[in-house]
Amino acid sequence: MIRRLRPILVALVALTFAGPMAFAAADDAKLSASVQQLGADDFDAKIAAVGELAATPDPRVVKILKALEGGELYVAKDKKVVRAEPDGDSFTIFEPLGGEKIGTATSDDIDQIVVNNRVRGVIDAALGALNLFSGRRADRLAAALDLVKHPSAASVPALQKAMAAETDSEIRQDMTLALAGARLNSPDKKAQLDAIAELAGSTDPAIFNVLSALRDSPDLDPEVRKADEHAIGAISQRLQLVRIGMTLFEGLSLGSILLLAAIGLSITFGVMGVINMAHGEMIMLGAYATYVVQQIFVGYLPPGWLDVYLVASLPVAFLVTGALGIALERSVIRFLYARPLETLLATWGVSLILQQLVRTIFGAPNKAVANPSWMTGGFELIGGAFITYNRLAILVFCFVVLGVLGLVLKRTSFGLHMRAVTQNRDMAAAMGIPTARIDALTFGLGSGIAGMAGVALSQIGNVSPNLGTIYIVDSFMVVVFGGVGSLFGTLAGAMSLGIVNKLLEPVSGAVLGKVVVLIAIILFIQRRPRGLFALRGRAAEN
Amino acid sequence: MTTKAKLGAFAFTVALAASAWGPAQAEDTIKVGVLHSLSGTMAISETTLKDTILMMVADINSKGGLLGKKVEAVVVDPASNWPLFAEKAAELLEKDKVAAVFGCWTSVSRKSVLPVFAKDNGLLFYPVQYEGEESQKGVFYTGAAPNQQAIPAVEYLMSKEGGSAKRWVLEGTDYVYPRTTNKILRAFLHLKGVSDADIMENYTPFGFSDWQTEVAAIKKFASAGKKTAVVSTINGDANVPFYKELANEGIKATDIPVVAFSVGEEELSGMDTKNLVGHLAAWNYFESVKTPQNTAFIKQWHAFIKNDKRTTNDPMEAHYIGFKMWTQAVLQAGTTDVDAVRQAMIGQRVRNLTGSWAEMLPNHHLTKPVLIGEIRPDGQFNVVWKTPKPVPGEAWASKYLAEDKGKVANWEFPWVCESCTSPTYKTYE
Repeated sequence: MIRRLRPILVALVALTFAGPMAFAAADDAKLSASVQQLGADDFDAKIAAVGELAATPDPRVVKILKALEGGELYVAKDKKVVRAEPDGDSFTIFEPLGGEKIGTATSDDIDQIVVNNRVRGVIDAALGALNLFSGRRADRLAAALDLVKHPSAASVPALQKAMAAETDSEIRQDMTLALAGARLNSPDKKAQLDAIAELAGSTDPAIFNVLSALRDSPDLDPEVRKADEHAIGAISQRLQLVRIGMTLFEGLSLGSILLLAAIGLSITFGVMGVINMAHGEMIMLGAYATYVVQQIFVGYLPPGWLDVYLVASLPVAFLVTGALGIALERSVIRFLYARPLETLLATWGVSLILQQLVRTIFGAPNKAVANPSWMTGGFELIGGAFITYNRLAILVFCFVVLGVLGLVLKRTSFGLHMRAVTQNRDMAAAMGIPTARIDALTFGLGSGIAGMAGVALSQIGNVSPNLGTIYIVDSFMVVVFGGVGSLFGTLAGAMSLGIVNKLLEPVSGAVLGKVVVLIAIILFIQRRPRGLFALRGRAAEN
Repeated sequence: MTTKAKLGAFAFTVALAASAWGPAQAEDTIKVGVLHSLSGTMAISETTLKDTILMMVADINSKGGLLGKKVEAVVVDPASNWPLFAEKAAELLEKDKVAAVFGCWTSVSRKSVLPVFAKDNGLLFYPVQYEGEESQKGVFYTGAAPNQQAIPAVEYLMSKEGGSAKRWVLEGTDYVYPRTTNKILRAFLHLKGVSDADIMENYTPFGFSDWQTEVAAIKKFASAGKKTAVVSTINGDANVPFYKELANEGIKATDIPVVAFSVGEEELSGMDTKNLVGHLAAWNYFESVKTPQNTAFIKQWHAFIKNDKRTTNDPMEAHYIGFKMWTQAVLQAGTTDVDAVRQAMIGQRVRNLTGSWAEMLPNHHLTKPVLIGEIRPDGQFNVVWKTPKPVPGEAWASKYLAEDKGKVANWEFPWVCESCTSPTYKTYE
């Protein structure tokens, strides 16, 4: 239905704009009748009303359609369509066209006008066609892209007109593709072949989609069909290459997440030999710290500041979990050194306590942590290769953390002491290094980094009390595989596990993929018990 | 003194103090068991259901109790541990002698307690939509069977209104509910003329968090020139990263709609829903439905939980209906005797929160309206379609699966309660 309506709408808009661009104030009575019809009970009537509105050359139409899509239009008790904005418990209602305030209402007085995906599709098409002429670049780009995905012959006049006025090269390129797509279904064989030749150079899955649809259409000229199949072959070959590149990126992205989760563990496990089952809960607390910071930003700071809350939560998470780590080391773990089994059980108990504590304070349901606007969405690198900002940001962040940690270990006296304790605790103590203090600080550092990992993970997953349990097993896998106590080993371990996982997943499915990876690691550990990059040192050898 | 010993001493003191009040009081209560995980993975969903039952109990006590006695809820925590569910169920039935148990969420926990309820002749009210293929003497299924959720949702997406989908992605978590539901759906799609080439079925583990490959595969599957829809039986925590990936990859509901069977208001409250507008869920209840019953229920819930922001959801409504039906059955039977109440349950009618009537059928399933909702920016759902009248629940998918042919359940039995001869259907509101 959207497909069938879309051309009509685009044609209507094209007609509107084919004439002089001046907006003559349309017949207000007709306009309000259409607006009134938006409040009809069935979706067909609403769609008809949207069509009528889209064909009316009036600047207010865009506002009305946006309000409808945004769920701001309501039907009042007297059956009149109004625009309403929530104001605490009640609503302020406005004239839908003029925008004058009418009064206030409670939620019992007004009923929201519901739109479904079908209506939304029609609105998008109408707005899209209108947006071809928008003053904002982003609107025009989106409109052009939409027409690439849904080409129709009816859009040709509007596109040609828009192209003549367009100066941005990226938008022009999309418009050219959209035009070619629109000509695909033209009755003229020559035009069809030209269009296919033009489209064959693209790597956009949407174009692939359009060409496949053409191939499946019943009465197609054999010559056209041959050209079409050829173009499809060429595009799918390129898409295959893009897919391989994307798999690598996905692997690196998964690897970066594993690395962030494991890096703190690599420090505590590597330096102190403590099997810290509460490591996952440090990640979880970091994520909750992010949530708390977000709530503070929402509650006490102007809305514009919200975009930086994530940056602000990094030190908060680091300090909170770091301090907790030190407290944990001083109060529990230091009494259990050299007793791995008891440490394991004790830290596991701590992890359960922390989980239940969070559940008691924040409640069992997940907490919503929003992506800041600069981490929402993504961009298309080339056709079919869509990189999301949040994953890119986490990838960069994980390398920053790794780099800073490397510097701390290599360039500071704390790092020197830490490495000395790792290599030979007794000798380090004999040299006057306060090993107990170093232990506490090391544990704090590892926990603090886990907290920062929690900040990053809150951007891709859920913030719930059992967030940590999801990552604890993977973290141990990375550390053991990469080599205990070696930062570079953890990096190599995380990245190779990430990439192997992503290579396996499409072939074997996610469930079997995990099993295969686990078995592979077990076999690997049989051959090299110290992992990929074993630390050399006296302590490491016994 | 160890912690355990201290706790024991504390419990002993409490018990002493309680017994000092006199045994008369203990006799005057009717006990109901609440068997929901309050810790572990499932606590996220089940804690709310425990609170729902506590609210219903408080409500009935404020109205004078049941059969002249106070109702007392016995809450246990099976901690998302499936074998522990069976142990705790036995404890409720054998030690606490509860009259009925409200509990379980995952199908595996339900399967784990079934032998206990059969052995001890207990009553279980199970409030969650499930895969069907089951009807037990002692279990009342107040959630939806597949024909009350999955099949209508797919029919909707096939319809003109739902976008006339021709290609289907069945994406699920790897356990019994998604696998069985998808088996039924595949058979149903075959009946509707969808070939296997147009169906993609994929499973991921519980708590799965890296959805890049799966979302890319969905995008690729959808780029074949036919309208594609995703049917999601993804359960629990894995949903948040799935929807985040969908949103960030720019998959809009107008292009590839995703209909979910396990995502409700409660789950959405933990997500950023601005970019999910238009994706769908199929349930028998939505918080956004405006009826006097629902408004009163939401108000009662907010007052009980002392938080105006807490949402209500479908399994809560199922417990609401289940608890009301049980009280009606107890009133009608004049006793909490399990056999009498079980007989009296069949045919009970309770007005559900969306305005129509829920009736307990002889197969221990309910009649339920099916609603399709689209996600709104504020995390609620807009109802875009509903069945004209309530749909009777079918325990077995005998229309679609060959192995289910001819299977029906009927737990009607000659009346066993002494004081009544025939059922009288009275509503208790």
